[in-house]
Formats: sequence, C-alpha cells, structure tokens
Amino acid sequence: MIPNLPWLNAFCIWLEHTRPSQTIQTVPWIVPTVQVIHILSIAAVAASALMIDLRLLGAYGIDQSGRRVAKRFLPLVWWPILILLATGLIMIVGEPGRSLKNPAFQLKMALLAGALIVTVLCQRRLRRAPTAGPAGTGVLARSLAILSLLLWTGIIFAGRWIAYS
Amino acid sequence: MALDDWLHWLEATEIATAVRENEVLFPWIESVHVLAIVLVIGTISIVDLRLLGLASRDRAVSRLIREVLPYTWGAFLVAALTGSLLFCSNAMTYGHNFFFRGKLVLLVLAGCNMAVFHLFVGRHIGRWSAAPQPPWSAKTTGAVSLGLWISVVAFGRWIGFTLH
Repeated sequence: MIPNLPWLNAFCIWLEHTRPSQTIQTVPWIVPTVQVIHILSIAAVAASALMIDLRLLGAYGIDQSGRRVAKRFLPLVWWPILILLATGLIMIVGEPGRSLKNPAFQLKMALLAGALIVTVLCQRRLRRAPTAGPAGTGVLARSLAILSLLLWTGIIFAGRWIAYS
Repeated sequence: MALDDWLHWLEATEIATAVRENEVLFPWIESVHVLAIVLVIGTISIVDLRLLGLASRDRAVSRLIREVLPYTWGAFLVAALTGSLLFCSNAMTYGHNFFFRGKLVLLVLAGCNMAVFHLFVGRHIGRWSAAPQPPWSAKTTGAVSLGLWISVVAFGRWIGFTLH
C-alpha cells in the first residue's frame, strides 16, 4: 500500500530503540496482556455494532425505538475504541516496523476510518427513529448496517493478518 | 501413551497436513476463529450484564436470551469448528500446552455454568424475568460466565506465546 518511505523507516528505527519500546520488547507478559485487553475491547465493539446493525436491519429490538437501542449499545462502540487505540499504540511502540510498515496494518486503519464514518451515519439514522416499529429500517439503513458488519469483520481479519504479513 | 498416539494420528490426517502446510489456510482459519470468539464473548456478555442487573434493564431477561443467544451459539459453533482445525494442524504441540488444556477446562466449566442456569436458576425465570435486578443466583451465574469467557480469551491468547 504505502511505498517504502525513508522517514517512516527512520522513525521506526528510532522508536524501536526508545526506552518504552525496549521495555515492551523485553518484559514477556506485556504484549500478551495488552492483546487480551485489545481483543476483549473488540468483542465489546463488535457485539454492540452487531446489535445496532440488527436494529437497522429490523432483526432486533423493533419493539423499541432506534434511540433506545442506540442509547444502550452506541457507548459500547465508542468508548472501547479509546482502549483499542491505547493498547494498539503500545503494540506499535513494541514493534514499530512490523506494524506501521505492514500492509495489513495500513489496511486495518483504512477500514477503521471507514467504520467510524459508517457508525456516525448509523447513529444518525437511529436517532431519527424516535418510535418503536420498523421506521428507520429503510434501504439506506439496511445498506449502512451491512456495510458496518463488513467493515468490522474486515478490521478483525486485517488485525489478525498483521502477524502474518 | 494413548493420548499421544491419538494426537500423532490426528496431526497426520490429510486435513491437518493441509492446514499445516498451506501458507494462507492457517491465518484465514485463525481470522474466522478470532471473529467467532469475539462475537461469542461480546454477545454472551450482553446477557451476562443483564443477569447482573447492570445493563439492558428495560428488557426482560428471557426475551434478551431468546434474541441474543442464537448469535452466541452460531458464533460458538464456528469457533469450535475453526478451533478444531487449528488444533489438528499441530495436535501434539497444542495437546501438551498448559494454556490450551486450561482453555478446554474453562470451556467445560462455562458449559456447566450454563447447565446450572438452565436447570436450576432459570427454572422460575418467569417470576423475575422483567425485574431490573435478577435474584442473586442469576447474578452469580452471570458473573461466573463473564469471568470464565474473559479467561477463555486470555488463555487462548497465551497459547500463541507459549508454543515452542
């Protein structure tokens, strides 16, 4: 994806030799612990996004207003993203070259940007459904829901592929 | 040892060899495995948090279970299938790994906890299903479930760091 940039190489080499990076590299429990927290946060985001998408598809909580479903599950899409960014940052500091220069990582970040935009759009649609019933599950809402599911799936897949590419 | 014979045999099967030797098969199966596990724990914790009286209090427990658990089960089947494929590919190594064995024990315990819920705790669910705060017995099974599934993820991730 991103071509081999000299400044990126230099930055990765510099970061790799900083004190925090050395600590992450040498203390054996840090990386697995951070990855467990990362995965648990993804679980919160993915399941919450799933419930929101199911509401937009008309397959969950039709008896509740879109607003109510959004109020229950949207915070668990947004807040864990902060934990994901923090734990992700620790992993990057630990292995800058293997992450920042990795096509799977770059793809994951592109998909994440897409997922965040789609989540904002989903949020808007749900807030425009103040009553119970199938209102707010039109073609556009359904398309957004499918797109959201595909993007989050892609993010999880790309995340796992960082270890292989 | 009979177990080792079985692990060796498993590892030598055609499907295990394919997963082991094909360069992209393992990561693809692993990706599906991670997606499935993430959905298992994510969806089951929606129910667990309701049992604990911490979230979705405006929805009856029995209803939430009916709506959410089918996704948990679907994801669990996918996780079990992909997990079995990954296990076969290096059966000997995984079979002797502490965290792999521990993960299986935790899964059995999660199954027992679920059985306890369905056989005892949930028997009179109609009486408290709509109450924002379920009885302490239901809260306990919710907390145990949450703890066990978090441990399953932790043990699962540790397998990858303790293979040699």
